[in-house]
Amino acid sequence: MNSLSVKHLVGIRDLTKEDINTIFTTADSFKQVINRPIKKVPSLRDITIANLFFENSTRTRLSFELAQKRLSADVINFSASSSSVKKGETLLDTVNNILSMKVDMVVMRHPNPGAAMYLSKKIDAKIINAGDGTHEHPTQALLDAYSIREKLGSVKGKKVVIVGDILHSRVALSNIYCLQKLGAEVMVCGPATLIPKHINELGVLVSHNLKEALEWCDVANMLRIQLERQNELGYFPSIREYAMSFGLNKQLLDSLSKEIIVMHPGPINRGVEITSDVADSNQSIILQQVENGVAIRMAAIYLLASDIGR
Amino acid sequence: MEKQVILNEVELQLTLNRLCYQLIEKHDAFENTVLIGLQPRGIYVLERLIGQLEKILNKKIVCGNLDITFHRDDFRRREIPLIPSITNIDFIIENKNVVLIDDVLFTGRTIRSGLDALLAFGRPNKVELLTLIDRRFRRDLPIQSDYVGKRVDTLISERVSVEWTEYEGKDQVILYTKNNENE
Repeated sequence: MNSLSVKHLVGIRDLTKEDINTIFTTADSFKQVINRPIKKVPSLRDITIANLFFENSTRTRLSFELAQKRLSADVINFSASSSSVKKGETLLDTVNNILSMKVDMVVMRHPNPGAAMYLSKKIDAKIINAGDGTHEHPTQALLDAYSIREKLGSVKGKKVVIVGDILHSRVALSNIYCLQKLGAEVMVCGPATLIPKHINELGVLVSHNLKEALEWCDVANMLRIQLERQNELGYFPSIREYAMSFGLNKQLLDSLSKEIIVMHPGPINRGVEITSDVADSNQSIILQQVENGVAIRMAAIYLLASDIGR
Repeated sequence: MEKQVILNEVELQLTLNRLCYQLIEKHDAFENTVLIGLQPRGIYVLERLIGQLEKILNKKIVCGNLDITFHRDDFRRREIPLIPSITNIDFIIENKNVVLIDDVLFTGRTIRSGLDALLAFGRPNKVELLTLIDRRFRRDLPIQSDYVGKRVDTLISERVSVEWTEYEGKDQVILYTKNNENE
């Protein structure tokens, strides 16, 4: 077990199975660290990290920032709404300006797919993709798989169904890559309008019946319905109809022949993709996912930072 | 590589015995003392010492393993990143007497990291150091052992390896010397 095979964390697609396992083993140690009375280690004392968020985020940004601070890195934050991006500056110019202030690593969320990849080719610093449009969200997939591994002992051979808006979801794509690399079987489930046409080329099963999908799986990852994208384009008739066909409620959960694990990447639309009693039930590991997020991000940052300046 | 046995099985056992009695002399019944082995290889010394101490004193002694990876001073100065081992210290060391345990004391940098890592678990009353082998005259930092199994004089190019029946097949301490510079 050594260093990662990649220089940047742009997507799960570029990682090997060994990379993922290295990140998991390292995260195990960081999980111990963040549960101690003193939750901080001095590893990244001389590293500066810029968090560039060109798109809104609460959980991911806080999780990254906490991970960086627990590693003793210096952190600068940037969000597009309060910056010169509004004045028409290009992405490359913005980032280069920040880098001339001697930043070693950039964590970026951007609305355009491929933004992280583009940047990783143009600049010197390490890039971590915190979500690029509908493309990938690698740290979310890592923490999802890590949470499954923690709960079920291993990811290999497990059956995972991803329910909801697969078409617009970077979480879904990264999860599919990550789970498949670790040997899990993946099914996607949702209304036909929200499932990409050629998704089965990725080797996933497709279902349009939630009950059937839940009976098949060990783990259900309920994605958020991106309300901001639905209303204008009309991928389904109404929120209420979506909730009736693809929402997970307690009655449905209890009617299954086995106990499954329920996950959600947040933020939850309570009563749409998942009802409150399910989200707060003991089959849900939503809050563990958030805790593991910090450990996974610490591991990814730590491993990528190990060859900065050499 | 030339091999030279510094301590054989019998000598190693004698040394471990002596260290146990030295610890008992200083810490009586270990009422306020905890033993902490440094990962990755100090924990094997700890395992042996604990086994013998518990036999002699006929009581359980509080002990734990400490991983120092994230506190090292050579992060980003190595070819491959350090993958951490497990820390299991399920007690608070506040006001305790702590004995840090490692197999070989060389530059002292591991111990420096260990002292740093230890503080995450509270403020100890006193910290002592026990090392099975002390490679003297090779220190980078002002750190010395309170309990020493054996002192050896070595060159930087040499390597001292403490081996255990459970892991390497035989209890012994070996000094490896390079035959020539080109090897």
